[in-house]
Amino acid sequence: MPDLEELYREIILDHYRSPRNRGELESPPAHRVEGFNPLCGDEVVVSLLVDGDTLSDIKIAGSGCSISQSSASLMSAAVKGRPITDVQALIATFKRMMSVHGASLGSDVTDGREHDRTAFPEGAESGGDAADGARDDEGPLDLSKLGELAALQGVVKFPVRIKCATLCWNALFQGLEELRTADA
Amino acid sequence: MDIAVLRKDFPLLSRIVHDRPIVYLDSASSSLQPRPVLRAMEHYYETTHANVHRGVYTNAEESTRLYEHARVVAGRLVGAPRPEREIVFTKNTTEAINLVAHSWGRTNLRAGDVVVLSEMEHHANIVPWLMLASERDIELRYLPIDGDGRLALDDLDRTLEGAKLLSIAGMSNVLGTINPIPPLAAAAHRAGALILVDGAQSVPHQPVDVSEWDADFLAFSGHKMFGPTGIGVLWARAELLDAMPPFLGGGGMILDVRLDRFLPAEPPWRFEAGTPPIAEAVGLTAAVEYLRGLDMHNVRAYEHELTRYAMGRIEERLGDSCQVFGPPPGDDRGGVLSLALRGVHPHDVAQVLDSFGVCIRPGHHCAKPLMRRLGVPATARASLAVYNEERDVEVLIDGLEQAGRLFW
Repeated sequence: MPDLEELYREIILDHYRSPRNRGELESPPAHRVEGFNPLCGDEVVVSLLVDGDTLSDIKIAGSGCSISQSSASLMSAAVKGRPITDVQALIATFKRMMSVHGASLGSDVTDGREHDRTAFPEGAESGGDAADGARDDEGPLDLSKLGELAALQGVVKFPVRIKCATLCWNALFQGLEELRTADA
Repeated sequence: MDIAVLRKDFPLLSRIVHDRPIVYLDSASSSLQPRPVLRAMEHYYETTHANVHRGVYTNAEESTRLYEHARVVAGRLVGAPRPEREIVFTKNTTEAINLVAHSWGRTNLRAGDVVVLSEMEHHANIVPWLMLASERDIELRYLPIDGDGRLALDDLDRTLEGAKLLSIAGMSNVLGTINPIPPLAAAAHRAGALILVDGAQSVPHQPVDVSEWDADFLAFSGHKMFGPTGIGVLWARAELLDAMPPFLGGGGMILDVRLDRFLPAEPPWRFEAGTPPIAEAVGLTAAVEYLRGLDMHNVRAYEHELTRYAMGRIEERLGDSCQVFGPPPGDDRGGVLSLALRGVHPHDVAQVLDSFGVCIRPGHHCAKPLMRRLGVPATARASLAVYNEERDVEVLIDGLEQAGRLFW
C-alpha cells in the first residue's frame, strides 16, 4: 500500500512552502498560459519568455495543492534558461515518469497512460518524438535527467493526483506549442 | 434509530482501507446503498426484468407495474398530490433541471424575462440557465449570501421583479444551509414567478412536502438517498407538465409517429424517452421504503445532533486552525461541512484523510461561483448521513490534526 511519505517527500514540501519563480511576466513580450485541474481546485498561470532558441525566463502564478504548486516550482527551476529542445525533452521525460510506473503497478492502480492521454494533446508535434513519451522501445526511464523532479515520482502511486503534478507541464507544453505555431 | 444496527445494513461500511475501517463522509456527493436496495435490484434482474410499457407477457406486466409503482412511491415521499401524473424519472437531478430549462424554459421565457438563482447554487442549477441565456435575451439574477452562508433576502422582492422563475437549492451542497422555501415560494408567486427547488440535498436528509412548500418544480437524485445511480426525479405540478413540450425525443414518449410529424404522449411519459432506468426505479422504491422505515423526522433529528457534535468537536480540538463554512448548528443547517484547514490545501487534506480511511471530497463541489464568493479555490467537504456516528467525527479530526502536522 503506497504510503504518504512517498508522495510528500521533503523536496516537494520545500518547494510548496518556498515556491521558486513566483509571479507573472509582462505579456507581451512574454506568453501567458492558464491551466485548470479537472480534479478541482488547482489553477496555474505560466508566463514564458522565449529568446531565440532559449526559454530565457519563466514565472508561475496561481494557487493549488502541494503537488501542483511544488511541481510548478520544480519545473520552473528545471527549465529556466534552458534551450527549448532541452525543455521539450524534459517534458517528454516527465510525462514518461508520470505514466510508465502507473502501468506496472498492477490492479490497484489505473493505467497511468490513461490519465496522460488527456494531459497532452493527441497528435501534437513538438519537434519530433518528444511528445510521444511512453513507447516500449525507448528503453528504461533515466531519472537522473530529471534531477530534483524525480521527487515527484511518488505521485504515480496516487493516480488521481497525477493531474495535479502535470497541470503546469501541460500549460508549459501548450505555451511552447502556441509560440511555435505562431512563428510558423 | 439504532445506528449500530443500521450501519450493518450498509455492506460498504465493513470495508477496510489502508488497514483501517472506512469512514464514509461523502454522502453529499453520493450516498451508500443498504442491502434491501441491492437485493431488490438483484431480485428484479433475476426474476422479473423485461422492458416496460411494451409487453403483454407476464414479466413485462410485472416490470411495468414495478416501474409505475416507483413513481407513486417517490411522489408520496415528497407529498406529491398526484404522483402518477406528476413524477418524471430522469437520470439525475442535473437532467431534471435541464428538462425544466429546455422544456418549460424554451416555451415560457422570452427576451427580457428574468430567472433568479443564488450565489450558492450547484452548476446543475446555473449552467442550464446560462445556456438558455446565451441563446435568448433573458436576464439571470443571483440572490447573494451573507457572512454566515445564508441567503441575504433584504432585496428579495426587488430582485424578483420581472422574474418568471426562482430556481433555488433546498439545501446547499457546500454550506449546509437549509433555505426557507415557503417564504421564497410565496415571494416568487407574488412576483408572478414559479419556483423550482433543487432538492438533491434536501430529500435525503429532511422531510419534504411540495404542497407545504407550495413548490412548482422539485428535482432530486436517487443515488444521494440510498438509491442506485442512474435515476433522478422531477416532480412538477400536473398543469405545468401538461403544457410542456417534450425534452428528449424517441420511443416511449409518443402516441403516434408519422414520416412528417409525431404526437407526443401524455405526461409523465411524454418526458421519458427510450428505455427508462427500470431496475434503478425498483432500487429507488426500496430506498424510499428504507427511509420511510426510519422516518424522515428521525433522520433529520439525528443528523441535526451529529452536525452539532461535529462542529463542536472541530472547534474544541482544532480551534482557529479549522474553519467550517456556512451557518452555525441549528434548524437551518444540514450535515454538510465544508472545511478550510489553515495552510493545507483541500487536496492534501483529503489525501492525508484517505490514509486514515476517511472519505471526504476536496474541490469546488460544482459551485465555482460560490467558491469565488467565499474567496477560496476549493474546500475539503465532509458530509453526514444516518450511518455516520460520533466515532467517525473523531477519526476525521484525527486526520485533520495529522494533515496539520505534515504541513505546518
